[in-house]
This record gives sequence, structure tokens and C-alpha cells, in this order.
Amino acid sequence: MKHAKFTALALLLGSAGLLAGAAHAQDKVKIGYISDLSSLYADLEGKGGATAIQMAIDDFGGKVLGKPIELLSADHQNKADIAASKAREWIDTQNLTMIFSGTNSGVALALAKVAEEKKRVMINNGAGSSALTNEACTPYTVHYAYDTVALSKGAAGAIVDGGGKSWFFLTADYAFGHAMEADASAVVKAKGGTVASAVRHPLNASDFSSFLLQAQNSKAQVLALANAGGDTINTIKAAKEFGIDKTMKIAPLLVFYSDIHSLGLKNTAGMQFVTSWYWDMDTASRKFADAYMKKTQRRPTEIQAADYSATMNYLKAVQAAGTTDADKVMETWRGMKMDDFFAKGQIRADGSYIHDMYLVQVKEPKESKGTWDYYKIVKKLSGDDVFTAKAESKCALWK
Amino acid sequence: MNSKKFAPIGYGLLLLGLIAAPLLGAYPVFVMKLLCFALFASAFNLLLGYTGLLSFGHAAFLGGAAYVTGHAVKVWGATPELGLLAGLLTGALLGLVMGWFTIRRQGIYATMITLALAQMLFFAALQAKFTGGEDGLQGVPRGKLFGLIDLSSDMAMYYVCLAVVALAFLVIVRTIHSPFGQVLKGIKENEPRATSLGYDTNRFKLLAFVISAAIAGLAGSLKTLVLGFATLSDVHWSASGHVVLMTLVGGLGTLSGPLVGSAVVVLLENKIGELGTLLAQWTTIDWFNTLGESVTIVTGLIFVVCVLAFRRGIMGELIAWIERRRAG
Amino acid sequence: MEIFGVSMPAMLSQLLLGLVNGSFYAILSLGLAVIFGLLNVINFAHGALFMLGALLTWMGMSYLGVNYWVMLVAAPLVVGLFGVVIERLLLRWIYKLDHLYGLLLTLGLTLLIEGVFRSIYGVSGLGYDTPELLEGATNLGFMILPNYRAWVVVASLAVCVATWYVIEKTKLGAYLRAGTENPRLVEAFGVNVPVMITLTYAFGAALAAFAGVLAAPVYQVTPLMGQNLIIVVFAVVVIGGMGSIMGSILTGLGLGVVEGFTKVFYPEASSTVVFVIMAIVLLIRPAGLFGKEK
Repeated sequence: MKHAKFTALALLLGSAGLLAGAAHAQDKVKIGYISDLSSLYADLEGKGGATAIQMAIDDFGGKVLGKPIELLSADHQNKADIAASKAREWIDTQNLTMIFSGTNSGVALALAKVAEEKKRVMINNGAGSSALTNEACTPYTVHYAYDTVALSKGAAGAIVDGGGKSWFFLTADYAFGHAMEADASAVVKAKGGTVASAVRHPLNASDFSSFLLQAQNSKAQVLALANAGGDTINTIKAAKEFGIDKTMKIAPLLVFYSDIHSLGLKNTAGMQFVTSWYWDMDTASRKFADAYMKKTQRRPTEIQAADYSATMNYLKAVQAAGTTDADKVMETWRGMKMDDFFAKGQIRADGSYIHDMYLVQVKEPKESKGTWDYYKIVKKLSGDDVFTAKAESKCALWK
Repeated sequence: MNSKKFAPIGYGLLLLGLIAAPLLGAYPVFVMKLLCFALFASAFNLLLGYTGLLSFGHAAFLGGAAYVTGHAVKVWGATPELGLLAGLLTGALLGLVMGWFTIRRQGIYATMITLALAQMLFFAALQAKFTGGEDGLQGVPRGKLFGLIDLSSDMAMYYVCLAVVALAFLVIVRTIHSPFGQVLKGIKENEPRATSLGYDTNRFKLLAFVISAAIAGLAGSLKTLVLGFATLSDVHWSASGHVVLMTLVGGLGTLSGPLVGSAVVVLLENKIGELGTLLAQWTTIDWFNTLGESVTIVTGLIFVVCVLAFRRGIMGELIAWIERRRAG
Repeated sequence: MEIFGVSMPAMLSQLLLGLVNGSFYAILSLGLAVIFGLLNVINFAHGALFMLGALLTWMGMSYLGVNYWVMLVAAPLVVGLFGVVIERLLLRWIYKLDHLYGLLLTLGLTLLIEGVFRSIYGVSGLGYDTPELLEGATNLGFMILPNYRAWVVVASLAVCVATWYVIEKTKLGAYLRAGTENPRLVEAFGVNVPVMITLTYAFGAALAAFAGVLAAPVYQVTPLMGQNLIIVVFAVVVIGGMGSIMGSILTGLGLGVVEGFTKVFYPEASSTVVFVIMAIVLLIRPAGLFGKEK
């Protein structure tokens, strides 16, 4: 009978709904990790980020305040809607304690809003956009590793000083690219340089040749890449193919260890950019890198190291605060002075973690002692100099 | 045997089930998402199943209205019911434009026009400042319905959503059972004959387009309020492909088909990961854990199987089977 | 020298790049047109077959150390074989039905194929280096053109012209064309029509795979590389005339050039200009620029 079929449908829907909502709040501390696990940013953080966070949880003892710690992870595929829905679902049905928002600034901004609405701490280590601690700052955001302002003041400044006065930007057309282009342009102009033009490309573009030709026709001295991950790798490859590197200085603004590994030293030697950490910096860093390599057969990028460090420090803050309540944890955490293999410093009122950054240069092939030996440190940059200054800040919480 | 008498009973039971669902522990946001897609598929089916027009651009209505509502509520501070109205009107307007172009041609050429126009809307959405491009329109507040009922509570939003979807679905039902709907069926079956009978088929087709687009827009607007954002995924052609799948799986030209189809597809996409984990735990075969990544594969498989064997869709096959049982 | 405020070198270089893209459009729309013209099936899986060609090339290099030139022949053969399987197993059930079902079936097939490889390889690009013989670039004065891209244009044109010749000017082609118009009659003459149809689909698939091999060093080899391309190629076939071989070739090349032109003035619109043109053509000449109304 037809109505029986509909009853069945109603029951089906109902039980499916139950399945969806069945998870009741268990007494665990749950860390939610949402990042790009399969697309152009997967090597920067990806599954390695989850590994790093789990390493920190294990090293901390697996428990905090007597409750076991569980790590949930999801792939946002660079879509803000997938990330926001997942975060909301974890919070509503699984009593999620805090969120790690990964690579992709657009997604990070969306998650920051969810975190603010639901009052959960959100740590970000993969997204660059300085908006996270300016226009979009919230009491729960911790922008831990780096941001586009620090990258700009460090790298763009050095390149202009080195003679690169006219710039052309190749920008990824979303939050990160826009922020990177804006912050870097500001620095270039402040130092007396000029920005000839800019062209926007879709995220995860497959062919950069026509954009590069536009860059070449602008006759600028510097080709600045306001993109990251797979996009940066493909741009550099195409630039070599079309001989752009012979007439312009290629300046990628956000580069990771994994990118250099993919491209090889012969394609990247001499490039200068800013990083927050590098595995061969000192003994403590090497120790972490070795432990990470045992699990993944790769050296960690700065983001993955930051994930480990941030997890450790977050758990310490929870311990000290005696609760997982986001407001209290944040208050305690902002008062903590942190010092580990990753960095030394403190979290500011606007959510930025202020620590030293490093201007590095890629080694020539003959200078390198082998695989994974890519950087030499040119200069140490003090956190107070390179992160957003109070006068420039657009964050309502930091007045 | 009058199966017609049982249909209202069936729907009534469904409605009761839906009213009870959140009280029994279902996650309201998820069920609301289901409802929005069910409405979207039903609106689409009005055009395909009952008028015979395959639109490969319905995402334009879903997404276009989603963005307009999002903007109206977030930036202009409109109350939710006005936001929904804005979305409905946007859908209708877009439907008018797209429909006007589409009805000038038949068959596959008409479908191609819908695709082309939808792609142009996608481009417009990508470029327009107010949509936020790749980042999307985030942080859309739910506001207070009529300025009185606060919708930020999931329960309140749920019942309002259910009411809107039920009412819109009722409109579709009445449209199909009306004389207007009969003419549409006639056009689907044999357009030249309908013309020779004196009907201005173009006007009927255009009107069907507008109604379908308006309700699809309503579904999109509702989704924006529920989830709090509107993104490019809503205007991408894969969303158009999705709704075709939902309607095909459920059953073209049946009223309940789109409901079943959308439920199956949405449940599949969202729960297959959990199903995989469950299977992995029961059978201790680790491979099941990766089931969550195979959503596309399963969707593709369903498409293929449906076209080859279940052309009438779940409800279509079911109804045909009942009729056969009764006859033989 | 400047035209509309844009320098000549800028214009020429973009047009030349556009020609390279157009070559891909030409081969792909050729395959699609052949399949639609002779089988009446709208092969949405064309993008996935293209991707398979590129992916097989990459796999050949990474797993078997097989070089580009071998894959240029091997990949189309493998994908062609796969095409035979698809046609025999799936497509032949839907020939009598509305076009819609062919579209949906092949859409489902696309999701299947892309989904399988996506779950294995993720979405980020797998690098494929330019074959040694074609490395390096030539300085044309207004731009430096990598030799490989010149090869793409030459190879595509050669294949397109050869295909057109076979279908329009040879006996085999005549059988194919007759076979779709009146299969019974042709069968009565002793020609095995079902086999012809299978081979035609296989050929179309092989063409797509050939384009894929050509594309491997240019675009990123990813499981989703066919997705955005397929929609554009559809538009090309519609504009050229669904079923007209020459129409697809010329439209494909022409569209590549138009896109290049658009990139000079309004780069963001370059991916949408094809749809604008398609909408206009559909309203004025629905059978396409070179097509005949079926």
C-alpha cells in the first residue's frame, strides 16, 4: 500500500536523523582539525598537521584535567561551506572543545565566525590573511605561526632594499591572495617602490602561462607571487619554461619547505622569503624534526611544527586555567610566556602570537649537503618589528 | 482501488515524523538541509518530470537567490521573511529571463541554453563584490521572524523551515493537479498536439519555468538562513547536476520521487563516512574507513545504475509495481 | 605599436597561447562531435577519458619508466579499449532512448572514473616533465615560446585533419556516416554496423586520451582536470554544430584564439566568453555555425 511506503520513508528519515544526532556528549576534550587534506595545500599542512597534533597530545600525556583527549579531523577541500558545516556539527553533536583551522584564509575566516558564535578557541596555523587579527579579530582566535603582514614587512622590505623597485603581483583570487597583495603593496610603496599592476588567478589554476605573459609585458622588475602551495609551484615552473626568470626577479611571498622540496634547488636557488621556523635551526628543532620524520618520512614544514607547539601550549593553558571554558582559557593563555623549539613569545590582545621571524635564502645546489638541506638564515627579524603595529591595527579588541 | 486516498495519509505521516524528529534527537540543522534540497528537487521536477524540460542550470536559481537573501539579511538588515521573499522574487526573475531564452529551442539545445546562462551567472557571482567570490558570503544572521520570533535557536528555525517547505510543496502539488498542470503534462507528452488544440505552449512553458525557478530560489534562500552562508558551490554547475541526480533517483514525474531522491542523495553524501567507520568497526576491515572519500564514486555508480535499470526512479518503480500488482 | 592601448607583443603572445589552448579544444570537440554525429550520444565522459590519457602517461613514467613517445601511442590504445568496454557494457542499452539518458549515463561514468582516481591520488597536481626532445624554447621576438607548445599545435592539427579526411573522404568514413542514417540498409550490404559503432566510440575515446597525453606536460595532471574542460568543449561542439567534424575543429581553434584575445582586455571573462557565444549562436542559428539540423 502506498501509505505504507510513506510511513517507511518517515521512519527512514527519522532513524537517519537519530543516527545523525545520536552522539551524546562524552566527557572528553575534543580537538577538531579542519584543513586541506587532498588539494593544492595538502603538502603544507594536510595529514601531517594531524600527525603533529597527535604527537603533541601523546607527548602531553593523552589527558588533561583528568579527561582523555581526542583528535577529530576533516578535509575542507578549500570550501568554506564544508568547513563551517563540519565545525558546527562537531560542536552541536559531539561537544567539540576547540578548533584548529588549517590552510586557506577564506575557510579560516568562516571558522573564526563559527568559533566566535559558539565560544570555542580557534587556533590557526595555515592561513595567512592578516584580517584574522584585524577586521575579523575575535576574543577566541589565536593566529599562531605567521601572517601576511609579517611576511610582507620581512620579505618585501628586503627585496625593495635589494633594488627591486617596480613590482607586478600575481595573486590568488581569494582572501589570502588579496591580503598578501594589499600588505605587500603597502610595504613596497612605503619604501619608495611602485606597483606596476596585478593580475588575479583562480585558486588551484591549471595553467599560468597567460598570466605570466601579462606580467612580462608590464616590464616590472619584480614578479611577486601572492599565492601558495601548488599554485606557487606551478607558477615557478611555468615562469622557467617561458624564460620569465631571465627578465624579472621572481619573488614568492609565502613559501614552505615542501614547495622547495617539490621544485628542487635548481629552480629556487637565491629566492628570499620569510619563515617562522625551519627544522635545522637548532638542536631542539632537529629533535622534533627527527621524531616527525620517523612517523612520516618527511621533514616538517613550519605549519606542522606550529601545530605541535600550539597544541602543547593550548593544553598547558587549559591545565593552568583549570577548565576548558574558552573565555577563561584565552585569558590564561594570553598571560602565558611561551618558550619551546618553535618560538618564544606571547599572545597579544588581537590574537597574534608575537615571536621572531627569519629572513631565509634558498641555498645553491652546491651549497646543500643533501636532501632536505635547503635554507640559510640571512637575518633574524624581531616580532615587534614585523607584526602589525598598534597604530596600524584594525582590531576592535586591541585599543 | 483508490491509491489517491492513501497519498494524503502517507504525507500526513511523513509530516508527523518530521515534526517529531528533532524532539527524538535528530540534528535539526541536518534535517533542515534535507528539507531544503527536497524542495529544490521538487521544484526542479515540476519542470522536468511534468513539463519535459531538462534544465541544466537550476543552480542559478538556488545560488542566485541564496546570495540575494544573504545580502539582504546581513547587509540591509532585512527580517528573515523579507529575506525569503527577496529570494523567491530573485528566483522568479531569473527564471523569467532564463525561461524566455530557453523556450525558443527544443530538446538538447534548450538544455544547453540553460547551461550557458547558468555559467554566465556563475561568472557574475564570482566577479561581484557582494558575493565574496571564493570566500563566499559568510556570517548571515538568522534574525527575528516578523521581528518577533528569534530564529537563532535551531529548534525555532527548524519549525519555521518545515512550515515554509510544507507550504511550498503544497503549492507544487496544487499546481500539478490543476488544469494548468494538465496542460503542462499534455505539452510534455506531445507539444505539437497541444498547440493544435489552441494552447499557447510557449506561455505555459514560461510560466512553469518561473514557478519552478521561484520555488528553487526559495529553497536556496532557506538554506542560506539555516546554514548562515552562501557560496560559489550553490551556483556551480555541479549543483545543477546534483538536482538532476536527486530527481532521477527518486523518480521523474512523481510527486514523492524528488523527496525520496534528495533524502537518499543527501544522506549518502553526509553519512557515508559514518557508515564506513561503523562498517570498519563491525567487520574490522580497515578499508571501510576510507569509504567517506568515495562519495563521488558511489554517486556515479547510482547514476549509472539508475539510467540502466531504474529509469523510473525509486518511487516510479514502486508505483509501477503497485499498479502491476493491482492489475494482474 | 599599440592596438586599443595594448602593445603588439602582448596581443600576439596571448593569441599564440590561445591557439595552443584551441588545439586542445579542437581535438576534444572533434572526438565529441564524432561520437554525437555517428552514435547520437552526448558523451559527458569525454573529460574523464581525457584525464585518463594524461594520468596513464604519468603512470607510465612513474611506475614503468615508459617515456612520453611510447605513451603517445599506448595511452590512446588503452583508453580506446576501455571505450570498447564502456560501449558494449553500458551505452548500447540507451541508444533508443532520449538524449537525456545518454548524457546522464556518461555523467555518472565521469563521476565514477574521477572519484576512483581522486581517492587514490587526491586533487593536487602530479608533475610531468616535458619530454627531452621538446625541451627548451624559441625566442619569437614578441615572446619566448616553449617548443613543447608548438608541438601541441602541430600534433593536434595533424590528427584533426587526418580524422576529418578519413570520415569525409574515405570509404570507411562513408560507411560510418551511412550506418547512422540507415543502419538496416547498410547491414544489408554486409557491413557489421554494431562493430562499427563500437569502434567509433573507441576512436572518440582514443582521441580524448591523445589530447590528454599532449596535455600532461602543460596542465597539471589531476583527476579533476577534465571537469572544467568538458563544459567548454560541449559549448564548442554546440557552437560548431553537433555532428559537424570540420565545424568542431574550426570552432575549437577559433575559441582558443577568442579566449586569448579576451585575456588581453578582460582576463576574468575569458572562461565565460564561450558561453556568451554559445547562447547567441543557439538563438540565431540553433544547428550551429556549420551544422545541419537533425
